[in-house]
Amino acid sequence: MRKNSTKLIFLAIIALVCIALFAFYNIQGGFSYAFPKRLERIAAMIITGTAIAYATVTFQTVTHNRLLTPSMMGVDSMYEVVQTIIFFFAGSASIFVVSRYLNFGLSIVAMVIFALILYRFLFRADKHPIFLLLLAGMIIGTLLGSFVTFLQVIIDPVEYESLQSRLFASFMNVKTELLLIAVIILGASFIYGYRLLRDLDVMSLGRENAINLGVNYDRIVLKVLILSSVLIATSTALVGPITFLGLIVSNLAYQFFATYKHSVLIVGASLISIIALVGGQFLVLHVFQLSTTISVIINFVGGLYFIYLILRESRKAG
Amino acid sequence: MRLWMLVVATIVLSFLSLFIGAIDIKPSDLLDWDSDKMQIFLMSRVPRLMAIILAGAGMGISGLIMQSLSRNKFVSPTTSGTLDAAKLGIVVSMIFFTSVGYMEKILFSFTFALIGMMVFMRLLESIKFKDVIFVPLIGIMYGNIIGAISTFLAYEADVLQSVDTFFLGSFTLVVSGRYELLYVAVPAIFLAYLYANKFTVAGMGEDFAKNLGLSYRTVLNLGLVLVAIISTTVVLTVGIIPFLGLIVPNLVSLYMGDNLRKTIPHTIFLGAAFLLMCDILSRLIVYPFEIPVNTTVAVIGSAIFLVMLFRGKAYAKK
Repeated sequence: MRKNSTKLIFLAIIALVCIALFAFYNIQGGFSYAFPKRLERIAAMIITGTAIAYATVTFQTVTHNRLLTPSMMGVDSMYEVVQTIIFFFAGSASIFVVSRYLNFGLSIVAMVIFALILYRFLFRADKHPIFLLLLAGMIIGTLLGSFVTFLQVIIDPVEYESLQSRLFASFMNVKTELLLIAVIILGASFIYGYRLLRDLDVMSLGRENAINLGVNYDRIVLKVLILSSVLIATSTALVGPITFLGLIVSNLAYQFFATYKHSVLIVGASLISIIALVGGQFLVLHVFQLSTTISVIINFVGGLYFIYLILRESRKAG
Repeated sequence: MRLWMLVVATIVLSFLSLFIGAIDIKPSDLLDWDSDKMQIFLMSRVPRLMAIILAGAGMGISGLIMQSLSRNKFVSPTTSGTLDAAKLGIVVSMIFFTSVGYMEKILFSFTFALIGMMVFMRLLESIKFKDVIFVPLIGIMYGNIIGAISTFLAYEADVLQSVDTFFLGSFTLVVSGRYELLYVAVPAIFLAYLYANKFTVAGMGEDFAKNLGLSYRTVLNLGLVLVAIISTTVVLTVGIIPFLGLIVPNLVSLYMGDNLRKTIPHTIFLGAAFLLMCDILSRLIVYPFEIPVNTTVAVIGSAIFLVMLFRGKAYAKK
């Protein structure tokens, strides 16, 4: 335990260094203009990073699998579907687009409902093997993506322009007015979720054991699924989809900490997530001087890591 | 289903395809050889029909060969990174060899597709756990990684938009003079038919094939080259057509079994009819405009694939 707290402090220091570098390195022009902008971006990255880390670790505990993440089950693609449908049926001048709060709220509610229907369908009885679920998740993502393209092609060209600017959100283009509301959602989820952590530790032992130890298993699974969909929905609505981040940070955290304690795993995964986002973005922008967004790189690295993980998993299974 | 039913369906759909479009052409207009409508018919409608039939049949055959050689029902150019590799070839030639002509682009694309498939087959050999679901899962991830490289390169070189336009599967640009490359697929399909029995035997495994005196490696390589040729010509002419190579051979083997010599004709006609149907839908939904055909194929194809995954897992295991 002592060792793990040292590791956490170590990660926290790296995260702070990354944040400081990102905030102060080579700041040009008006400091009073550039600095708040950078702080906004850092805030967005911290919120997104922690939300994704929390959602993934808890989701993986209740699904008993370290390869599944809510993003990979097609939950992010739902964001694009919601936005496209709003633009398609209501138009860019409608209240659902003009009011960012309403739009944000609507996206989150739709994504959570979608996620719950999906989980209900996929996890009904434990008969579906993990690889089938993963493949199904990917195909559902493709299906939703193609459906979006479908609507986008027949949408009015003017609407299409403004829709595009919504879908390609990145850390360079944070919707500031949503930051506060995201912080509130995140804070509320953490306070609510804090009480679940102890039960989650027990649930790592498996369903039967957890029930024997007095955990109301199915209720907690439902709570966690709702909570993790809300968090993923919030982060996606804030900056757009980053599919592989959750997978990378959760698995790194399992390897790095080798514990079942969710308090350690979640904090650790969040710190790794912040380092990956802030540090990664810093490297991309200032060291390699590339224009690529960090999500392209995360998808590339995440894809390789994913193949490594499933190959390792398959050795265990076969 | 009998072969003649598929042939009749293909002929009926071809006829519909020839007479649907923004410009109204009736069969009676064709009596006048010199009319404008006759010119449109010959320059645009007929090439389009040929392109659809060749692309549909070609993708179907590619999937069939790959499924036979890899002994997995869910392997196809979409789920093995072949199409993504072909795309990477084009992107590389667009960025690094700006002055190369069409022929060189074809060669680049072909080489990348072939290498991509060989790496995939190697990857398959190295894994012990060849679950029917597991293999396409790795294949899709492998394709995503190659896709991320393409996006990265295209983004940095600022050719993302032209690359995207290039691969938007569409038959709108298929006019006389722009589709003839697809005829390269004809000898490849013919060869596939000639070698059908050998592919069937090779599909039974290396040891089995060698016992029957078959040069396993030669047959395997021939199969890969044929698939690479067909995929490349289709990708270059009409863009990426997803899932067709996956679902058409599966539908055929549902009622025909797995003897390639018998299933190849069915696959050819079902592939052509399926793509014709999707193309007609794409043209009718937003008449007089049209939706890119790969979007329609992706929506229908991924939905069918999902049904197959959940309903047909027992069948695929056979």
